[in-house]
Amino acid sequence: MIPASFDYVAPTSVADALAALAEAGDDAKVLAGGQSLLPILRMRLNAPEKVIDLGRIEELKGVSEDGDHVVIGAMTTYADVLASDLVRQHAGLLTDAIAEVADPQIRHRGTVGGALVHADPAGDVGAPALALETEFVITGSGGERTVAAADFFQDLFETAVGEGELLTAIRVPKHTGWGHRYEKFVRVSHQWSIVAVAATVRVDGGTIAEARIGLTNMGSTPLRATAVEQALVGKAATDEAVREACAAAAEGTNPPSDLNGDSDYRRHLATVLARRAVLAAAGA
Amino acid sequence: MTAVEDRPKTEVGAARKRKEDQRLITGRTKWTDNIQLTGMQHLAMVRSPFAHARITGIDTAAAKKAPGVVAVLTGADIKDTQGAIANAWPITTDQKAPAHLPVAVDHVACAGEIVALVVARTAALARDAAELVEVDYDELPAVLDAKEAVEDAVLAHPDLGTNKSALWRLDSGEQGSGGDVDEEIAKARADGIVIEREYRQQRLIPAFMEPRSTVVDPTGEQITVWTSTQVPHILRFLIAATTGLPESKVRVIAPDVGGGFGGKLQTTAEEFATLAAARHVGKPVKYTETRSESLVSGHHGRDQYQTLTLAATKDGTVTALKVDLIANLGAYVGLVGGGVPVLGAWMFNAIYKFRAYRFTVQTVLTNTTWVDAYRGAGRPEATYAVERLMDELAVEVGVDPLEIREKNWIKHEEFPFTSVAGMTYDSGNYEAATARAKELFDYDGLRREQQERRASKDPVQLGIGVSTFTEMCGLAPSRVLGSLNYGAGGWEHASIRMLATGKVEVITGTSPHGQGHETAWSQIAADRLGVPFEDIEVLHGDTQISPRGLDTYGSRSLVVGGEAVVRAADKVVEKAKVVAAHLLEASIDDVEFSQGRFTVRGTDNGIGITEIATAQFTSHNLPDGVESGIDADATFDPDNFSFPHGTHLCAMEVDTETGQVTMRKYVSVDDVGQIINPLIVEGQVHGGVVQGIAQALWEEAVFDDQGTLVSGSFVDYTLPTAADTISLVTENTTSPSTTNTLGTKGVGEAGAIASTPAVVNALVDALRPLGINDLQMPCTPERVWKAIQSAGSNQAEATTGDAQPHFDAGAPNQDTPGDDAGASTDGAGQ
Repeated sequence: MIPASFDYVAPTSVADALAALAEAGDDAKVLAGGQSLLPILRMRLNAPEKVIDLGRIEELKGVSEDGDHVVIGAMTTYADVLASDLVRQHAGLLTDAIAEVADPQIRHRGTVGGALVHADPAGDVGAPALALETEFVITGSGGERTVAAADFFQDLFETAVGEGELLTAIRVPKHTGWGHRYEKFVRVSHQWSIVAVAATVRVDGGTIAEARIGLTNMGSTPLRATAVEQALVGKAATDEAVREACAAAAEGTNPPSDLNGDSDYRRHLATVLARRAVLAAAGA
Repeated sequence: MTAVEDRPKTEVGAARKRKEDQRLITGRTKWTDNIQLTGMQHLAMVRSPFAHARITGIDTAAAKKAPGVVAVLTGADIKDTQGAIANAWPITTDQKAPAHLPVAVDHVACAGEIVALVVARTAALARDAAELVEVDYDELPAVLDAKEAVEDAVLAHPDLGTNKSALWRLDSGEQGSGGDVDEEIAKARADGIVIEREYRQQRLIPAFMEPRSTVVDPTGEQITVWTSTQVPHILRFLIAATTGLPESKVRVIAPDVGGGFGGKLQTTAEEFATLAAARHVGKPVKYTETRSESLVSGHHGRDQYQTLTLAATKDGTVTALKVDLIANLGAYVGLVGGGVPVLGAWMFNAIYKFRAYRFTVQTVLTNTTWVDAYRGAGRPEATYAVERLMDELAVEVGVDPLEIREKNWIKHEEFPFTSVAGMTYDSGNYEAATARAKELFDYDGLRREQQERRASKDPVQLGIGVSTFTEMCGLAPSRVLGSLNYGAGGWEHASIRMLATGKVEVITGTSPHGQGHETAWSQIAADRLGVPFEDIEVLHGDTQISPRGLDTYGSRSLVVGGEAVVRAADKVVEKAKVVAAHLLEASIDDVEFSQGRFTVRGTDNGIGITEIATAQFTSHNLPDGVESGIDADATFDPDNFSFPHGTHLCAMEVDTETGQVTMRKYVSVDDVGQIINPLIVEGQVHGGVVQGIAQALWEEAVFDDQGTLVSGSFVDYTLPTAADTISLVTENTTSPSTTNTLGTKGVGEAGAIASTPAVVNALVDALRPLGINDLQMPCTPERVWKAIQSAGSNQAEATTGDAQPHFDAGAPNQDTPGDDAGASTDGAGQ
């Protein structure tokens, strides 16, 4: 497990990182927590000329509050997000999902930004980020731009982050008081999600007022189950009503088939997990 | 009780923490990959991506020019020096076994086979240059599945003309150990019960913690081979036997080895390739495999189709068992090879008194990774089959699965008992183990809960699984192995050196790789010699320090090697007694030995055994005619195998909405005879049970149609971790073995043999009301859910109109992924 040789730089500022990226062109790979990139390099599935390590850029780390948003630096580790009271209070769905990521060692190395840019549809942060209508702050030589969650994930391992750009932060709209649950289905605990459903709902007097549902590993990108979200509005938070609404959870999805299950099985799981996630989120 | 009262009078039986663990756990020790030698070069392998191909050309020019490269070698370059991978157990005289070269010359028979070697100054440079070796292949059709292989339509080795390696049979009627199987089955068909099933033992990968690593130093008079192996002595013999190097010029060292589970019971292509490379360049060479290489090129385990016919009277007394196996050996016949399924031949009858029995195995060659011993080797497969069948029989008769077992098992007063397969079980008490297990499990309480859940149509159903296993282990009587055409003996050796400073060295021919021999052997020797546990050092795994030995596998180390330690210690005491009598000026007949001291009967006069050790070191005052030295050697060759047994009970919850399975409770009561160290026994049982559970639920080596290993990393080969298991309840009953003076039985494999059928029996038990009587391993949530769909759910709300009909009897592998796309999957009915 020895990667092909590469040049390595570890800038200490975003400006220096962007300069390094511009200089290296498309032969560079950006290293965040390394939990996906390093295995890829070690198995020689990719052999970049240069690796730009963001690990020493302090300005990319940490969780803060900005008005109606919780801002998470792209290089904040899973473990640090998991420990954040701000995230727990205002975006509990993200806390739920990160608690299910792999194992403690990986959560102490892996970063939220790295996972989002890697954009593995079986990863656990994409669906909650989508459901929470997260804004993605992308920085390039021309400055910052913000991309909506719906536009961020473009295809398998492809995002709106362009050549010469870095994801520097995500801005999660506060969902204070919303219920939340991440239902992850695996065979062994440290596995990628076979399917997972991220649900966050606002319940008003026993009725679901608003619902946001994200699906993990049900297509080439994380997906929103908008049909379910719409069907849930105004429904009582009861097993029967939620079951009916969640029957549409797999609508418009194109899940993969692999050793863990074929696509039909995944479609079935999505409906069961959606119901369970919504009911738990609604406190029912 | 005070701590002093807690202290046992003997070391044997004490829950000593393992003395080797500090260095193993902290990593402050010598693993093979830690070894650095002056001038050492590094080896990278070029491996075949094809399952079956002819090599038409290898261009090494670019690799040879790469930075730091010392040599690039093909199979043709080293064909006279590379030796061969041997099969030590040709199970029949006409067994077909293709030549197995460490580095292929013109034909590769499985993906991952080595085709070229690159030696360079660093491991990274070797890997880089390996990418530059260009190999031209003519791809050939590959045969992967054992049933396909039997047809001989596609040949794994065209030169052999067939895929069939050997046909081996044991028949109780023919050998006189029981009745005629065909007669009994005919009787049962007329007026009794006949159960016919086919079970699949999926292919597994041993997945030891330490990947294999070898360092060879060819400088100096002897060639030294450090390697992560279970079998340093066997490797030394086979290096000499197949390369022509004199055995006396080869030293093999197994330093600390990080697990094996049978996966390092092999002389590997990588070891021979490293040896050849080191001899070629004349410098030390190291090779350490990656995990990906380990999964594809280390031998695999299991992989059988089992066709089974069980005959019984209407009251459930089993009259006959007929077993027909097809065993996939993979591309080559490994060290034990076809012997693995044969080791199961005496165990399908398990703890039961069947009247007639026949076992037939057809071994076949395929274009897959070669298959050999894996924890239990043949016995887990046998135990799975019979314990699944006994549950099916209980259903036919309409009684509890424990009741049907009790009706058929050997009663404790019937030991020693000669089985229908011809093995004599020395001791056991199935009643006692089962009674204790039931109590610990709350069997009756869980059965009640199961009934309640069934009645309330709970979406989460509960199942209870039983496995009352025995196994034969402790390889073994050399004469028996000889009669089976096995290429080695089954004895084990120990030496004890009494050092002048009062310390003691125990040298064992067993080769631990995680078992804790250093602790257990110290406990045995401490009692026998009366010296402190801490003063004993156990040395092993180096053919120069421990020249005689047959290594560690088949749960043999304690029952054979431990007994050798006992006998060597007794010889030390006998020798020391002569010196003691002289120094005490007493008649030898008046000298007694106890707790490390020789005393003269009826006096206070005495001398310690370590003082005798010092006296023999100086040799200033020895009796006339007595040779200096009280060290001793002993070799033990048992008269019989070892037969541990136990009752395992498992409760599984099945979420019928998703197919998810969750373990609720697991109880094991194992009888492994006298226990030397209960902590080590508990560890062995825990590890074994989880490894067996993993076969039932999680692990499977899967190849695609081209013969590429799909489950080629731990992303897809789903090993469990502690997070996936529950707290196990493990206890023991004790029926001392009569075949060694310690009264011990093997424990290394027991858990893995017992647990797999307990888990699957529990899952089937949970789902039986839905019409399900089998599940294919590993019982993934998808397979479980699809079985439920296929069987036709009878839950209250189920409206799956397009559910598949229940699979036909005799077609148990019904749920191949993707074959029932018509089943309802919209979940609306769920």
